[in-house]
Amino acid sequence: MEIIIYIAFSLILLGLILGLVRFVKGPTAADRVVALDTMSIIATSAFALMALFFDRYIYIDVALIYAVLGFIGVIVIARYLEGAL
Amino acid sequence: MEILMYIGYGFVLLGSIFLFLGALGIYRMPDVYNRLQAGTKATTLGAMSLIMGVGFIEPDWMFKAFIIVIFIAIANPLSSHALGRGAYRASLTPFMKKKMDAYESEFHQEKKED
Repeated sequence: MEIIIYIAFSLILLGLILGLVRFVKGPTAADRVVALDTMSIIATSAFALMALFFDRYIYIDVALIYAVLGFIGVIVIARYLEGAL
Repeated sequence: MEILMYIGYGFVLLGSIFLFLGALGIYRMPDVYNRLQAGTKATTLGAMSLIMGVGFIEPDWMFKAFIIVIFIAIANPLSSHALGRGAYRASLTPFMKKKMDAYESEFHQEKKED
């Protein structure tokens, strides 16, 4: 069953690399924010998977806090793009 | 309990595949709105099923995993909606010619009121 966790980690790592490429390349600011949003969700899942892999309960809390902070950051940048800030 | 563990590993595998497909959509799609579609829908499903799978494998962690799943189900459509609105108001155009635009008249009305 360890092998499934390794496969999941490699898929997640590939996803993070693809998101990072779009984050660097993206032509406009909105593209970069979309890539950042996706990467923060992928990182939240990666924290949950790390909690399973290292058998540490505390990483689930880290995943929860990371989800909240990523959401707030994306909302703030979206309001800025709108011109409301 | 054994069967619950196998279900959980199946969910973890499914979720990681969906997360990868969402990131692939972010890389491949041609403009902001398509990237938003691929990058928020696929990753919402992927993250929810992966975290539920972690909860199934370790039944003691189920409560907090469920809290994260509920939060993602609420927050992720909200942030994608705000991003789409922000991209429209930053006057980014879609890469194909648009056939209809239902938000346009409302947008101009809001602009006039400001």
